[in-house]
Amino acid sequence: MSAPTTTTPTTTPPTPPRATAPGRPARPSTPRLALMVAEREVVTQVRTKSFIISTAILFAAVLVSIVAGALLAGSDDPTKVAVVGTAADVVADMDGLEPVDAADRAAAEQLVRDGDVSAAVVPDEENVLGFRLLALDSAPEEVVAALSVSPEVELLDEPDTDEGLRYLVSFGFGLVFLMSAAGYGATIAQSTVQEKQSRVVEILLSAVPSRALLAGKILGNSALAFGQTAGLAAMAVIGLVVTGQEDVLDMLGAPLVWFVGFFLIGFVLLAAMYAASASLVSRVEDVGSVVMPSTMLTMVPYFGVIFFNDNEVVLNVLSYVPFSAPVAMPMRLFLGDAMWWEPLVALALLVVTTLGVIAVGAKIYERSLLRTGARVKLGEVLRQA
Amino acid sequence: MLKIEGLNRSFGDRQVLHDITFDVARGRLTGFVGGNGAGKTTTMRIVLGVLAAESGSVTLDGHALTAADRVDFGYMPEERGLYPKMKVAEQVAYLGRLHGLDRGAAMDRARDLLDRLGLAERADDPLETLSLGNQQRAQIAAALVHDPQVLVLDEPFSGLDPLAVDVVVGVLAEYAASGVPVLFSSHQLELVERLCDDLVIISGGRIRAAGGREELRAAHGTTRFELVTDGDVGWVRSAPGVQVVDFDGGYALFEAAEDAAQAVLRDALARDAVRSFTPVRPTLGEIFREVVADEPELEVAR
Repeated sequence: MSAPTTTTPTTTPPTPPRATAPGRPARPSTPRLALMVAEREVVTQVRTKSFIISTAILFAAVLVSIVAGALLAGSDDPTKVAVVGTAADVVADMDGLEPVDAADRAAAEQLVRDGDVSAAVVPDEENVLGFRLLALDSAPEEVVAALSVSPEVELLDEPDTDEGLRYLVSFGFGLVFLMSAAGYGATIAQSTVQEKQSRVVEILLSAVPSRALLAGKILGNSALAFGQTAGLAAMAVIGLVVTGQEDVLDMLGAPLVWFVGFFLIGFVLLAAMYAASASLVSRVEDVGSVVMPSTMLTMVPYFGVIFFNDNEVVLNVLSYVPFSAPVAMPMRLFLGDAMWWEPLVALALLVVTTLGVIAVGAKIYERSLLRTGARVKLGEVLRQA
Repeated sequence: MLKIEGLNRSFGDRQVLHDITFDVARGRLTGFVGGNGAGKTTTMRIVLGVLAAESGSVTLDGHALTAADRVDFGYMPEERGLYPKMKVAEQVAYLGRLHGLDRGAAMDRARDLLDRLGLAERADDPLETLSLGNQQRAQIAAALVHDPQVLVLDEPFSGLDPLAVDVVVGVLAEYAASGVPVLFSSHQLELVERLCDDLVIISGGRIRAAGGREELRAAHGTTRFELVTDGDVGWVRSAPGVQVVDFDGGYALFEAAEDAAQAVLRDALARDAVRSFTPVRPTLGEIFREVVADEPELEVAR
């Protein structure tokens, strides 16, 4: 507060008001007000350092994981093998093996010991094959496999998805939902309490119905969460295509679309809960404890799906519970064990729950906004006629 | 005219407003005076529709207030509040938009107001970097940005330096002069006394007095007289029907009925040269104390 209080002398007071009101602007409709609130919410958020930094980190993380994935997948780098004399012919045409010439057996042994090569192929007249392999402390599987003859294997019932990928996908869906919901939930809670703490809420309420305020807050933050997630997804898709990993995309396809739908509605559900619970307290310091139930409900789907991703019964149940459906149902679709109607039923349940929570949340929000001081008791707010 | 009739409101078991009734006339500044917790803020919140009354009505020119009317109200809550991290001009314009101005008009109006309130150089700084006095000016800009047709200001002068008080007084007077009903509360009784045309005194959730300033002065408190003569006025103490409040040589301040006072004046003229004889109207502070005297626990904050 260093600014001088009286920089300017008393000047003419603001223009006198118009005497009558024929050309006064009409009161904006509730949806328009909600949009204005949403716009402010987005603009303010996007300008904060924390938003810029966290977005940059997220994008970098996705980029790094895709590039890393490409590198790991493409790690068919030829295995280096030392070759001595005539043994060179054995390795010459082998895929995946890169011969390194060595003068004699001693030199080849040295290369193996130094770790420059995985194994050495040296001539051995006594052996049927005419060569033998030298390795440090274990049989060099890759080289053995490359130099062996093995029968062609044909699987009659090829599995669509392997364990690792299943785990990865459940982890991915869960993580995206958890991060967005918890992150933006906290943002909504903060912004609600800040408006209460800074008392600006009273001025806002004199112009904007609390419904529009709540709707705008949810809308703005949902748009941000969704925009950010969509941006990440777009980058992931482009990255996968550029690095030649399109096959992963083919597998995700439809479940991803469902995930988007569930994500949107599930997010609104949690957002309403965060806003309503945050409106009960008046100080930013108290936000943590009051949003705890919402935070728990945000965590449930994540851990539930991670822990039980191979337990069909639990996963089935989770895919219908509104709080975990956004993660569990796309997961089941991905695994291919959900009937076509199941996501529709789960989505309907989610929508109904969301509408109910919004209705109750709006009441709590409306009744608590102007109550400052001690934490408002939930029961007290709900009992009010 | 803004008419407030029979407002009742409780918080939990405690009834904080009892049958609040008063008018805010067009073209007049109405001061709303009361101790802490008397019910001023609750009443103003109900007028603004921020809070609902359990019973009673608020009407403007005879029709019940709707949300559409209230959008033209200018409100300054007692608990000041704007977004601390938002730029001043931006948030004043934002509030203008919420009141129905379009984006461009809102920004023009915000800049214009801030300029007139002496905040032009700070218009693009975040609010929290401003001094408290300047934040207060920004708050006033926020209340006026949409060119309100009714002004309700809760303690508009608290925290303002004298120059800023003059600016705000000027604004209020202009708004009132143009026919806008202006209701404001204040603890600064002498300021209210200087400014107001009408007064409403509230205490313990009840209206104790309401009306024109001069009428209230005439109706409340006792009229006193001040006498200054060249000689000693000790004799006034023994004059019939006179209660001397203060006395010092040729100066006396006394309470008396009109007749007794005139008798004293005649007597004084007969004795010495009279320099001055004036009826002293009670100050607002005195009226206030008298009116709320039956509220012993009341803190009279100045």
